[in-house]
This record gives sequence, C-alpha cells and structure tokens, in this order.
Amino acid sequence: MTFDVERVRADFPILGESYRGKPLIYLDNAATTQKPRAVIDAVSSYYETSNANVHRALYWLGARATDAFEGARVKVKRFLNAASEREVIFVRGATEAINLVAHSFARPRLQPGDEILVSHMEHHSNIVPWQLAAQAAGAAVRPIPITDAGDIDLDAYAAMLGPRTRMVAVVHVSNALGTINPVEEIARLARERGVPVLLDGAQATAHVAVDVQRLGCDFYAFSGHKLYGPTGIGVLWGRERWLREMPPYHGGGDMIREVKFSGTTFADLPNKFEAGTPDIAGAVGLGAAVDYVTALGFEAIAAHEEALTDYALERLRTVPGFQRVGEPRRRGPVISFALGDVHPHDVATVLDMEGVAIRAGHHCAQPVLDRFGLPATARASFAIYNTRAEIDALVAALHKVVELFGR
Amino acid sequence: MSDLDALYQELVLDHGRRPRNFGRLEHPNRQAAGHNPVCGDQLQLYVDVGDDGVVRDVKFEGKGCAISTASASLLTQAIKGRTLAEIESIFQAFHETVTGRAQPDEERLGKLAVFQGVSRFPTRVKCASLCWHTLMAALKGADAPVSTE
Ligand SMILES: Cc1ncc(COP(=O)(O)O)c(C=O)c1O
Repeated sequence: MTFDVERVRADFPILGESYRGKPLIYLDNAATTQKPRAVIDAVSSYYETSNANVHRALYWLGARATDAFEGARVKVKRFLNAASEREVIFVRGATEAINLVAHSFARPRLQPGDEILVSHMEHHSNIVPWQLAAQAAGAAVRPIPITDAGDIDLDAYAAMLGPRTRMVAVVHVSNALGTINPVEEIARLARERGVPVLLDGAQATAHVAVDVQRLGCDFYAFSGHKLYGPTGIGVLWGRERWLREMPPYHGGGDMIREVKFSGTTFADLPNKFEAGTPDIAGAVGLGAAVDYVTALGFEAIAAHEEALTDYALERLRTVPGFQRVGEPRRRGPVISFALGDVHPHDVATVLDMEGVAIRAGHHCAQPVLDRFGLPATARASFAIYNTRAEIDALVAALHKVVELFGR
Repeated sequence: MSDLDALYQELVLDHGRRPRNFGRLEHPNRQAAGHNPVCGDQLQLYVDVGDDGVVRDVKFEGKGCAISTASASLLTQAIKGRTLAEIESIFQAFHETVTGRAQPDEERLGKLAVFQGVSRFPTRVKCASLCWHTLMAALKGADAPVSTE
C-alpha cells in the first residue's frame, strides 16, 4: 500500500483548525499525538451504544462493555506480540506502568547496596520511580553513560552490569534526542546475567513495530496518547511469570477473588493489577488507534517519517545558528536543536505566531540536557500526518527568528 | 504593531542581548534565587539596601529567555535609588500591566511599560515576572527559592 499523507491528514479533524488565520502546524508529536476520526468515533460510539461497568454487570449491556474492553486487550496483545492477554495490563500511561514495576517488582527484590541501571537519556518517569524504590531499600540508581552523539555507551553498560544489578530500565526511543536505542542488544546483555529489563516504549509505539518477544525484555511500558489514542490509558506488558509473582500495586474492587478480614485473595492476571473501574472508553479508543496504525503499516509509517526527518535536517541546516543536539546512529522523527544564542522559549513564541507548534524546555529529561550543558532545547517531532510543506513553514519561521534576534 | 513586535520591542531585545547590572554584588545584604521549572530558567538577585531603606545597588545573574533577561535588567535600573514602598508600587503596576488587568501606568513604570506586549502572551507572563517575585522575596528576606509554579 502506498502511503498517501493527504489521505492520512483527512482522518485527523484537528488538522483543519487554524488560529489568527494560520493553519495549525503541529510539530509537538513527542508530547502527544492528534487523534484520528476512527479513535474519536470509537470513544463516542462506546458511550453511545455500550456504556456500562465491566466485569460485574449481569445484563446484556454490561456484557457488551466487557467485550469492548477485553476486545481492546486482545488488540494490544497482537500489537505487541505478547504471549497472552494475561500479560497486558491497562494502566493510565507509561508513567503508571513504570511505577507499578518499580513498586511491585523491583522494590521487594532490592537489598542495600543493590543497583538499578537506567540510561543518562531517560525521561523523568523512568528515573524517579526507581529512585523511590531504591531509596526505600538502600539501593542505588546508576546512570549508564551516553556518548556525545547521543547513543548509549554499550561497553560502559556491559561493564556496569554486575552481581549487584537487579534491574535495567532503558528508553526504547528517546523523547529528548530521538535516539532509537539498540534495545535487543541491551536486553540480551542483561539476560545473560539474569537481570530483568524494562523498556520505556512511550516514544516508540507510534513509529516502530514492537515485538516484545523478539526484543527479549521483561516489561514494556507505553501510553495510548502518544500512539494516536486517548489520554488516560496506557499499557504495561510483563512476562507472565513475573506478573504472577508480583504483589498487587493498588488494592480495591475488581482485583480480588475473595475479601475477608482474615485475609484477601487476589484475582488472576490481568485483573490483579487493575483495581477499580478502568478507563473503559480509553481502552476502546486505544484499540481503535492500534487498528489504525496497523492498517497503515509500520514499514510505510517509518518510510514516511524517515524521509520527512531527513528532509527537515537538510532544510534546517540552512538556518543560521541551527545546531542539532545529538546525532545518534538510529533516530526517530525527533529533532532537538539550539538556534545560536536565542533561547528556545523565544524560538517557540515566534514560531507560535506563525502557527507552528513546537516544544521548548527540558522535555522532562533534565539529566540528558545537563549532560549536554543546556538548560533547554527546542524540539520538533513529526508524525504520520506531517508534510514537507509544514517543514518548509518551520524553516521559514526559524528564519524569522534569526531576523528578529539577529538584528 | 503586530503582537510579536509588541512583545519583542527594540528595548527588550537590547536588554535581552546586553543585560545591564549583570553579575554579582560583593556584599549584598539581601539576595534570593528564582526558578522557572517550565523552561529551566534560573535567576539570582543581589540587593544592597541602605539603613534608610533605599536600594543602593542591585545586580543579577542567571540564564533565561529574552523576556526574562530583559525584565531583570530593566528591573535593576528601575529600583535603584527607590524605597521599598516605591518598589512595591512599581511591582503592582508592572503586574497589572503584564497580566493585562490594566493599561500601563507610565508614570510609575517608566521604561518598564515596554512589557505591555507580554499581556498578549499568557505563556510568557511568568518569564517577565520571575525577577519581580524574586526581588520581593529578597527584600522580604524569604529563604526558600522562588518558583513560578
Ligand atoms: C520517553 C518517555 N517516557 C515516558 C513518558 C511519560 O508518558 P506519560 O506522561 O504518558 O505517562 C514520556 C512522555 O513524555 C516519554 O516521552
């Protein structure tokens, strides 16, 4: 199937919005993606035709809601190539998924002096949960160094893996630098030493095909809203053997078998980790998002986004003072940059006046910006609906920045 | 004038590029740190207040966008030789102006009226006002760093 960007754009109602007479040019897709009609319709249709609480109702509507919710789980299972639906836990997002693993998996296994390895390019949500678990146990979180190009230093990583390493947690695709990490290799090195691996897939699932069995990791976390799905829903995938061993994260309804004051027994997977009424409509919307990207196909998505990113880099080099932050070996459609001495905040404001939405700041990844000696960068990140014309508008707007601040 | 030109007026660009009173004071008797976690901007203000309650000298250091740097630079010029009561009155007028609650009171604001354009950019109000909140903390002797959040 050939990839027709105009047809894709027609699926996204928000791309018809404009402000002050300028059409929306949305280049902040690493923060969140826009939603196709199919996702918006799936959510509203769920509320219009199927809304009831799941798992408990004894009438037909409840069964319909449960089917919709569990149907979404099956879609996610196929999307990740998980071994079974029991390994797919619905959570609020990547952040909650990582917290769940840090709390229920890592923390009970940690002894004083133990170590958790995370890379120097992690999002705060793949640092802080481990710090909380480590602090409680007297263990330490150690950063795996990265190179000036923005790649994980694999030799340093291999040397850091040792008898005290209890966990490795690494980002699949970096939101700050765009690096696509060699996560199979990272997982293999850990597995050889019997160390479990969590991959933060928040920035990956919209851009690369994910096969958790081939990746060889133990846990995989992602958010629906960065995959053209709704906010408030995400997934933790984990190997069944680990999930079975782990104590529940939250207690409440839906996650129990029997509650007695003398002792409570817990439900089977995945319900054990899904206390309370879940975001049913969100899960249904995520299922629709998974269908949407699957129909486009990751080969076509990657080809479009890579061509776009190459084009952007080529054009951006013509802007005086443009300096890319990180030149990793493999990268997703994310470009972090500095523009001479102009502060990224000022860049973003001028671009906003031209209708171009980018991000400026630390991207919730302060350690990696510290590593490069920068308090902030500007970041443009692309998705399936972005076009060369939009890149041209970005470049033209950056020339305006240079004109304004260079005079 | 476009909104953008109203925001980045020549005076702002000039003070953003070449901030005045930039650096440390040898012996400040008041100081405070300000931080804008949204953009990572940092600011240190050093103030020397005389026994008569008049600001004798003031300097600042830090990293920030054009708006926050220019605002701090123009602040230092605006408060030198002023009493705490006068400074509070300027701050109030400044705050009303950048938040768009009032037309700039040129008499109280002087050059600071240039920040009127900020009111059309709600996301940038914090950039312009960080130095003022930091100043008030320094003058009132608050210990905790000021944050815009
Ligand atoms: C690499 C990475 N990890 C984790 C997250 C957290 O995702 P969420 O806020 O949806 O939980 C993000 C979001 O920006 C991210 O970019």
